Parts: sequence; C-alpha cells; structure tokens
Amino acid sequence: MTPGVFEYHRPKAVDEVLALLGQLGDDAKVLAGGHSLVPMMKLRLAEPAHLIDINAIDALRGIRQDGAAIIIGAATTQAEVIASDLLVAKCSILPEAAAQIADPQVRNCATVGGNCANGDPGNDDPAIMMALDASYVLRSQGGERQVAARDFYEGVYATVLADNELLTEIRIPTPAAGVGMSYQKIKRKVGDYAIAAAAVTLAMADGRCADAAIALTNVGDTALFSSAAADAIKGTSVDAAAIDAAAQAAMAAAAPAEDLRGTVAYRTAMAGQMTRRAIVQALSRATGS
Amino acid sequence: MSEARELTLEEREASIGGIGTARKRKEDARFIRGQGNYVDDIKLPGMLHGDFVRSAHAHALIKSISTEAALEVPGVLAVVTAKDLEPLGLHWMPTLAGDKAAVLADKKVHFQNQEIAFVVATDRYAAMDGVQKVEVEYEALPPLIDPTTALDDDAPIIRDDVASNDEVGQGPRHHPNHIFEWNVGDKEATDAAFAAAEITIREKIAYPRCHPSPLETCGCVASMDATNGKLTVYGTFQAPHVVRTVVSLITSLAESNIRIVSPDIGGGFGNKVGAYPGYICAAAASIVTGHPVKWIESRIDNLSTTAFARDYHMVGELAADKDGKILAVRAEVLADHGAFNTHAQPMKWPAGLFNILTGSYDIPVGHVSVNGVYTNKAPGGVAYRCSFRVTEAAYLIERLVDVLAQQTEVDKAEIRLRNFVQPAQFPYKSCLGWEYDSGDYPTALKKVMAAVDYAGLRKEQAAKRAAGELMGIGVSTFTEIVGAGPVRNCDIVGLGMFDSCEIRVHPTGSVIARLGTKSQGQGHETTFAQIIATELGIPSDNIVIEEGDTDTAPYGLGTYGSRSTPVAGAAAARAARKIREKAKQIAAHVLEVSEQDLEWEVDRFKVAGSDVSMTMKAIAMAAYSNVPEGLEHGLETAAYYDPPNFTYPFGAYICVVDIDRFTGDVKVRRFYALDDCGTRINPMVIDGQIHGGLAEAFAIAMGQEIIYDETGNILGASLMDYFLPSAVETPTWETDFTVTPCPHHPIGAKGIGESPNVGGVPAFSNAIIDAFAHHGVRHMSMPHTQSKVWQTLNELGLNK
Repeated sequence: MTPGVFEYHRPKAVDEVLALLGQLGDDAKVLAGGHSLVPMMKLRLAEPAHLIDINAIDALRGIRQDGAAIIIGAATTQAEVIASDLLVAKCSILPEAAAQIADPQVRNCATVGGNCANGDPGNDDPAIMMALDASYVLRSQGGERQVAARDFYEGVYATVLADNELLTEIRIPTPAAGVGMSYQKIKRKVGDYAIAAAAVTLAMADGRCADAAIALTNVGDTALFSSAAADAIKGTSVDAAAIDAAAQAAMAAAAPAEDLRGTVAYRTAMAGQMTRRAIVQALSRATGS
Repeated sequence: MSEARELTLEEREASIGGIGTARKRKEDARFIRGQGNYVDDIKLPGMLHGDFVRSAHAHALIKSISTEAALEVPGVLAVVTAKDLEPLGLHWMPTLAGDKAAVLADKKVHFQNQEIAFVVATDRYAAMDGVQKVEVEYEALPPLIDPTTALDDDAPIIRDDVASNDEVGQGPRHHPNHIFEWNVGDKEATDAAFAAAEITIREKIAYPRCHPSPLETCGCVASMDATNGKLTVYGTFQAPHVVRTVVSLITSLAESNIRIVSPDIGGGFGNKVGAYPGYICAAAASIVTGHPVKWIESRIDNLSTTAFARDYHMVGELAADKDGKILAVRAEVLADHGAFNTHAQPMKWPAGLFNILTGSYDIPVGHVSVNGVYTNKAPGGVAYRCSFRVTEAAYLIERLVDVLAQQTEVDKAEIRLRNFVQPAQFPYKSCLGWEYDSGDYPTALKKVMAAVDYAGLRKEQAAKRAAGELMGIGVSTFTEIVGAGPVRNCDIVGLGMFDSCEIRVHPTGSVIARLGTKSQGQGHETTFAQIIATELGIPSDNIVIEEGDTDTAPYGLGTYGSRSTPVAGAAAARAARKIREKAKQIAAHVLEVSEQDLEWEVDRFKVAGSDVSMTMKAIAMAAYSNVPEGLEHGLETAAYYDPPNFTYPFGAYICVVDIDRFTGDVKVRRFYALDDCGTRINPMVIDGQIHGGLAEAFAIAMGQEIIYDETGNILGASLMDYFLPSAVETPTWETDFTVTPCPHHPIGAKGIGESPNVGGVPAFSNAIIDAFAHHGVRHMSMPHTQSKVWQTLNELGLNK
C-alpha cells in the first residue's frame, strides 16, 4: 500500500465537504468506504491531490422511512443495509444483494453511496436502484438536485455527478406490499464482481403482471435498465414464453466485454439466465407461492 | 507419606506425545494470534527500502534508462541498473537449472514486468515515487508467447546472450529458443507395442501455467555489517543453506561471513525455492550503502515475475487390449520455461521426475520425450505443491486412463483395478526407471469405493443422465515420487540432496533439535518433535525444533518436494537413535550392568527381567555428571541422511460433481480422499495438509491460470482475477487412510504435503469430464471455469 502524496481532510459536516469540493473540484476525491478508491490509489492508478474523508459525518449515515420514500444515507455501509429491519421488511432486494457483495470485512466499510456514485459497472447497487426507480440527492454549494438512478450513469466511471457535488442520500419509493423482487448474481468467487447479474421487481394483479422493472449488472459500460425486458412480462401471466422473451430482451440489451470472467457469448447468456432466475423468484415472492 | 502411583506403560506412552499422536500444532499459538515473525516484520535500524522499475514490454531492446529525475525525489538514495551491477559480476545470476537469469535487464527485456532498475530510498513511498520517475526508452521486438511456435525457423530469438550456445545447462539443443530435450524409456519397444496393440488412444492434454501464490509474497532484508564484513539476509527462503552457498559462489564472500535466516514463512509451495533479483539487489544495495535494505514483493510482482508452475503441453498415448489392460505408454511434452530456465529441481532432471508417468499402473513399456523452450514470459517452472513435475505426470496418466476407459467401455474404477501394480510386485521396477518402494493400490481404491457406494453413485448417475441432468464421478488413483533424494542421482549446484538433524539433550532432559529443512506452514515444530519424542522417550512438549538460521542449523537442502519427513525426518530418527545408543552406555554405567542386559521401554532403559530402570531424564543428567571412563560428557549429536531411494506415497480419491447445465457452475457434492503416506506421525497435521492440498487442487482445476495476451501482457495478475478460493467456494473434504510403511525409511514415513494436490487435480477434471462422457466428451481443458464449462454445454446444446 504505497499511494502517492495527498492531502487528507476529515470534515465534520456536509457543508464543509461542499466547501472543499467547491474549492478543489476534480483535485479532490471523496473517501467513504474506500473499497473502490483505495485499491486504485494503492496501484497509483488514482492519485488525487486531496482526499475528503466523509466518515466523521453522522448526517450521511442511516436508513429511515420518510413519507412514501425510504432514505438511505450515502455513507451507510453494506453491513448496515443487511442489518436494517426496515429494508428487510419493505425492500428485501437490497439486503439480499448486499449479502452478495464481497465479504463481511468489506461490507463493514463499503458504503451504498460509494457503490452507487462511483460509476463502476461491476457495482451491484446501481442496477438495483434502477429497478427500484430510486433517485440520488446531489448537493453542492449552489444547492441540491435529484437525479433518477436510471439517468445517472454515462459510462465506465462516468456519471452526471459534477466535481463540486456530493451524493448525500438515496431516495427509494417504498415498494408497495406484494411487490416481488430478486437479485440474481453469478460470480467466480466471493469478492468478485458479477459475471452477470439481474435485478427484477414486479407486481401482479389478477394473475397478470401489473408492473415490472429489470436492470442488469456488469454487462455493459454502466448498469443497464432494460424497459424492453420488463415490457416482455408486463401484462402477461409471466408464463414460460414471457420469461423467455424477457431473457431474450435482456440478452439483446447486454453488451459485455470479454474478460477473465468469460467470453462475450457466455456473459450475454448469463445476463439472460440471471434475468430468467430473478423473474422466477420475484414472481414466486409476488404471488406468495 | 503416600507415594505417587506408578504410571502404566500406556500412560507413559501417552505422556510422550510421540509418533501417531494427534497433537495440536505448537506453532499455531503465535500464528493464530498474529504474532508470527515474517520477513516484512523485520525492521532494522537505518533500514532502507528498495523497489523495482519493471518492463512495460514482453520483448524489447532498452535504448536508454534515465535516472536523473528519480534521484531528485526526496528520500531516493540510489537507482541501480545492470550497468552498476556489471563490475561486480552481479547483473546476471546462475540458475539452479544451469542457465543464467538477468538480475537487472541487460540491454533487453525478455518478459513483461522484468526488473530493469532498483530504486533505493528511505521508505517505501519514496522508493515508489522514484520508480515512477525513472524513464526507460524501449525499442519493441516481436514477442514470442505461444510455446508451440518457439522452435519455428522464423521465431523471434529470445535469448541473444546464449543464442549460439550448444547447450544452456541441460544437454544439447538445436534452436536458439530450445533449452533441452530429455528422453527416457525404450522408444523402439514402445513404438512396436503401439503398432501391435488392438486399442490405442491419444489425447492432447495441457497443464496450464499457474502460480503457487503463497499468502506471503517473496521478500528479504539484507544487512551488511561493515565492521565485521558479515552479510546477513533475512528472507523467504525454502532452502536457506543452498542460498548461502549460492551467495558465496556468486559474490566470493566467505560462506562463513554469510548468514541466511528464514524467519516464519507464509507458505511457499515452490515459489520460494529459487533466487530472485530482489535478493541480489537488496544485498548489493546494502553492501554499497552500508545500510540494511528491505525488498518486499507486491502481489502483482509475485504473480507476474516470481516463479510460476506447470505450463506443460502434453500429448499422451496408451496402447491396450480390448479389456483395457494397458500395454504401453507414450508421451511427448513441450515445456514452456519462460525467458530463463529457472526451474528448481535436481539438476540431472530437466523435466524433474516426470517419468513417474506410469503412475499406479503396471505398464510393460513406455517412452517419454520432453522438450523445453524459451518464451517471452516470466521464468520459472517450479513444483507447485508437488515433487518435481510429478503433478503434470500424474495428471496426464490419470486423464489417459479415463480416456481409455471410455474407449474400451470399461468402468473407470474397474479399469484401474485391472491395471494396478499388485502388492506382491513391490519393490516394483517401472518401465521408465523407478523402483517403487511399497504400496497396496487395490485395497485403497476398494475402500474408497465402498465408502462412497460407488455402484450406487453410478446408478444415480444413469438416472440423472436419463433425466437430462449432469452428474460426474471422478476417480484418481495416483502414485507420487517424493523425498529427493538419493545423492547418487539428486543434486542442486552439486550439493547432494541429503538432509540433516542435530539434537542436544539438556541436563534436565529437555531437547533442542535443529534441522536443515524449513517449515513454511507444514508444522515441523510439531511433527519433528514427535519423531524425536518416540525415539528418545522425552515428551514432545519438551522438545524445541529450530530451522532456518544457517549460523545455527546443520546444512540441509530445504523444504520442497515433500522431502522434509522422508529425508530430514529420517535424519531426526537417526540422530535420536545415536543419542539413545550413548544413553544406553551411560545407563549401563550408572546401573552397573552390561549394555546387553538393558532393554528400551518407552522412556527408559530397563534391566531385563528386573524392576531396575533408568529414565532418559535421569540419563540426561548423568550425561553431564557421571559418564563412564573414556566417554565424552554431554548428550548431543548430528545425523546426515542420504535416502537410499525416493518414497512413493499414493492415494485413491473420488470426487462427485453436479453441473448446472445453464450456467456451467460446478458444485462439488462430495470429495473422498484416501491417502497412504506410510507411518502417520501426526494424524491432525496430516489432515490439515490434505485439506490444504485439496483446496489448492480445487483452485488449480477450477480457476488458476496465468494468462498472457498475444503481445505478452500478463492478464489478471491480481487476486481479483487469480483464483484463490475462499472457505465459501472450497468443498468439504472427507479423509481416510491406509498405512503401507516405507521399507527403507527409519520410521516408515513417506511424506504427505503434496499428495492431495497431485491426486486432487485429476480427480476434479475426471469428475467434470465424466459428467459429459455420455455425450462423447473425452477431454476438457483446465481450468474448468464456468465460462469454459458453459462453452461445452453450449456446443453440445445441453443448455437449451
């Protein structure tokens, strides 16, 4: 662990962070759990001149119900997500997915905000936030804006987050009772990114799929929201043919690169397979069967 | 006053904690508390840090190296290049295989990440800052990555330095990229047997390049004491004494002025046998600066530059009759050694002990040909948790037997039973030149088949196949050759591969023993104490074992190739027996009887037919106070053991897998491992060794591969990509044993650390391929990643 030289800041309040970001711009990097940034710094692939550690700011932590939304503070750890009764009861896909991220040591540090904001297509939370139609609250000295997860990502490590902005919290519309959800991930080993993964939420009414959302992890430059895949099951009884059509749509949306996880053909096929499995599990949860 | 009750014979035996006791590992108390003392824990006053500038190219000429900017970096004291080492004759170093390897790239680079310059600084950060500031100008050359093209007429020449040499340390060669050709067996008779056979099978089977990846990477702290001219090097050395001799030979420092210390080592698996540029550069930098210099590899450095294993490209053939009785074996191997021949094995054996290819089978005739070649890849070819090239040979024969079973439609267990060397045939002379010491293969396999209900598994498999599901049963019945080795045919840089033990018994009856080996996690402090405990009748808890400091330990060849118990363990028993002989003389003197009247009983000498006895504890005190006239005081000795033969541990493994036909995920449902390592010294340590070896076998079979792209970029040289399974992925192991003692070892032990790796890898492959056997699949290449298994599923249309 031999990073380059950097200035270390540990502000106590969000306004201090925003002031530093306003002043330092892209010379600064925000440090939350550090599990993406620190490995890059270790290899000197990232050499930020300033590091702004937000771990002393309690206001950025915690999971709470706020009217019709569930709010997750950006510095909330994956371990806290797993331990949240609120999420287990109302948004189980998040704790279930968090349990598939890395290992306990990593989850004790790694944050939801870092996972969402970093723009790494291998991260798991972005696809889930897309499926849940979550919004990100972005603050700067100039004010606050909300951006839908589905509009946030632009490319590998590229997002709409400006250099002077901080992701402070994630707002998730509370899923209605009876919405089934599932995150299916295939990986090589604990701690690895997905070969492919799929997040599915769906609601059934009168034996028909009333609503659905499907998003994919690590099979493109960003997490991929596939309305075509969701459309393939909406309005259907979610029978084998519909599931097959959704899987085909997911495969059509997927554009993975070949890497040591597998060939393009394999990773594309797994995008379909994970979509298929996530729909089946979400359906069984939605119908209580 | 009540007298303490006399202990029974059994209680006395138990109190010794000797051979056969499942004693907890003595070293674990410090390891599990994080109190081990590894090389990176060593901090000396004034210590400097070194780090390497490494090559961006796989093959290029170095046009210039500019160090000025690096020397401006605060804290950077020196930047060492080949030019600086040349006057000392240290810019190249001899390898254990008779070749030479660049310490720092001399005019050209031969593989990506090759060491070009060594930056010495006051701390690690400054060293890294300096590394970033060194500018190297290259002229790229075409890289040679695929070993199958290495001997082409128009292949790029990798080693200009030896291009015109007739040989590079291991016999004649016929191409600038050729290293050696090694033939063994009777070619003519083998070809004739193949020509006449009813059935022949032939399969191309590659054992990919993988890496031992010990948890602790390589490193050292070199410290030259200018006041007395003594160089001390603390480092990750599996063979510290050999390192001392080699350092003396290449620096011309007196060997007595060199002290090599291996502190605790966090796993070696062959990776820490050889000498690396970091050791030489740290030592040179310490000599020049007068400060201790530390060099510690990063994980990327370790995976991409220090010794890899395997990279054997094999074509194997069997000739047989229609019942599957094997009549002949033939193999042609292309061995990729990378840019320098730095494999570490007995020097007379360019392909190690690969001629153990006959495995557990009685094969009348055979022939093996191995050709080694250079490529623009990291150098090495070490034995990753196996005896030299034994795992490659075991993999090939165990795969070929399965292919033959499919060809002849004989069951895969049955075909093994038909071909085993039978117990009555030992000592068994193999057609490829070995004399197997002992074994009972049919008993081992039958015991495993009964334990897993083999017939029931085959029935279940038939039902699953009918239902379109994929279940595989892998059988592996391997024989190893370990314990290098007899000095008549094993040496390293001319040093015979004996090993040693020195024992001192203190006046109050406790013991310190030192050996020429070096534990890297094997538990020597525990098991060697148990051997001595049984031989001397002194509780193993009172026996301290020390290894790894060349100033105190007797000379030995180190720990690798499962040689510690077969060689140093034998030396320990021999030394203890010498001590017991002297103890007997002392007891006879004190008890005033003749030596012939004394018999040994657990922990004492007893006068035959009487209650009179003298314990070893009492004898120890007498050794320092009351010895017979003419006998020297004290109770200490050393033994150097030259084994008369190798040992031949064996085992029978059965692995059962279920394969997800949509994802290619392989679930290991059951793994049953029976090992026979002869006399069992500590069953708990043996189980630990087997668990570890099987975990590494699983890693190799399922995911470990060092991959290069066509330009020689190493891909995946980090633990993000290189597969080290965690507890989650690792299957559950069931272990079992038989005991066929080694007839030529003082306590009958054979060695165990490497068997599970050697036998485990083919068990996994055989299971996975067996799952596809009914579709006509005879071989699938390792590692069996999800993507590659899916490829087979997809080609066969099984994932629809």
